[in-house]
Amino acid sequence: MRRKAQGEKRSCLMRIKEPFKLTAVGVIGFWLMAFALLPNLLVVVASLLERGGDEFVALILTLDNYRRLFDPLYLGVLLDSLWLAAATTLLCLLLGYPFAYLLTRMPTRRRPLLLLLVIVPFWTSSLVRTYAMVILLQTNGWLNQLLLDLGWIAEPLELLYTEPAVIAGMLYALLPFMILPLYAVLEKLDRRLIEAARDLGAGRVTIFRRIILPLTLPGIVAGCLLTFLPGLGMFYVADLLGGARAMLVGNLIRDQFLSARDWPFGAAASVLLTVLMGLLLWAYYLSARRANQGALP
Amino acid sequence: MKPRGAIQIAYLVLIYGFLYLPILVLIVYSFNDAKYSLEWRGVTWTWYRNLLDDPDLLQAALNSVLIAALSATVATGIGALAAVALYRYEFFGKPLLQGLIFVLMMTPDIVMGIALLILFASLSLPLGFWTLLLAHITFNIPFVVVTVLSRISGFDRHLLEAAKDLGATEFQTVRRIVLPLLMPAVAAGWLLSFTLSMDDVMVSFFVTGPTFEILPLKIYSMARLGVTPEINALCTLMLGATLILILVAQLLLRERT
Repeated sequence: MRRKAQGEKRSCLMRIKEPFKLTAVGVIGFWLMAFALLPNLLVVVASLLERGGDEFVALILTLDNYRRLFDPLYLGVLLDSLWLAAATTLLCLLLGYPFAYLLTRMPTRRRPLLLLLVIVPFWTSSLVRTYAMVILLQTNGWLNQLLLDLGWIAEPLELLYTEPAVIAGMLYALLPFMILPLYAVLEKLDRRLIEAARDLGAGRVTIFRRIILPLTLPGIVAGCLLTFLPGLGMFYVADLLGGARAMLVGNLIRDQFLSARDWPFGAAASVLLTVLMGLLLWAYYLSARRANQGALP
Repeated sequence: MKPRGAIQIAYLVLIYGFLYLPILVLIVYSFNDAKYSLEWRGVTWTWYRNLLDDPDLLQAALNSVLIAALSATVATGIGALAAVALYRYEFFGKPLLQGLIFVLMMTPDIVMGIALLILFASLSLPLGFWTLLLAHITFNIPFVVVTVLSRISGFDRHLLEAAKDLGATEFQTVRRIVLPLLMPAVAAGWLLSFTLSMDDVMVSFFVTGPTFEILPLKIYSMARLGVTPEINALCTLMLGATLILILVAQLLLRERT
């Protein structure tokens, strides 16, 4: 203990002697405090204040903003948003998991190219991609045209400005975020464990449930984290594909800051999102720890 | 090929189709010689020419490139410095710093957008170029840190010890050994920041004002009014620019490693 304390003291002294270290730690420390920690603390403070007249907030403490989040009007948006994000996340997982698994089964030399092909849309603006989706789903768009030509429908469907359109748009924007973490864990999966299980007489379902699923859980949770959280906030997807109705918490927050000018209420909704993020990060931490323990002999 | 293999290939193709079809449609229609009809009427450059005649749009594009280049440069500087510090040193508050970087990366864009808006409002900073720049630097930093850290972790520590034995100061070690070895990751971090910044809608939406318009927000406001071939052309151009950047990044990374 004492030796450790001395070591720390020495490193404190060294810090003063090393201008480079002092600069590096100082700059990043300052930036994160000023533009990450402080703004988030201010949001929490704002969410506890009352809406102001000329100023955006009035310095009166209240919990009213949080109470209003559970008002049926806003609770509806909140539940809608949770449902849309959850549906998107589930679809991403159901489509992405087999896809990522099949990618890891491809010949090794082809994999980098196949993976790059997944990443290319991920690198292109999600706004542009959402807009591309609008073109596809329009009443006179390609999808309707295709269904008409196939004779499956008699007249064009109203696809745009519906809930499924918003889900499709978010699925399209977020699918690569699900595939990449899943690919990362599936690629590291030790094939020998599966062979051993097979030798011991385990069936396909048992192998998946008892070996593949637990070992890939961190990837699943990470993927869900990366699709669910943005799924709650992507207001432009709901705007372009869902029409004027506010559907997502993102739209709700945006409107509070833009048109309704009720900053404290918007801040409260944002704190709610942050709390959700914290819970999901915690789940991720737990699953990663469990998977690591499981991998040890 | 076995039938199961065929089904698997079909599934892969289907998902790739889903990822690329809308983009393909967008590109095709940016060349279509019809304003309102979706019928194919032959190739035209009209929509691209219209873009070039729109000074507001060009200004927005220029603003976007300016913000992206500046924020990427500053974020790369700070992020690389932070990565080196996190790798090399133990210091008070290090876990807090690492935690903040991770949380900053995970924070939903909309939460970051309003948090920064509230910060700028309470400092009475007018929204525009400077607030936008600060915001973009902030959301780019964690991505640079992670990119550089992942490369640094594969480092040969002996090189640094050798430098120290030969009498190099800390600054010299960083400048002559660490930085050259890190260059590919630094370049990749810069390009990543640049593209993130060019693409951002949600954070920018809150922290920029009417005096400083950028391309994604311009596209957003145009797209809300409906589909026009000009936006198709504009999006195609952005797509092309991003692809070129990615190719450059790939080449840089492949050559140096």
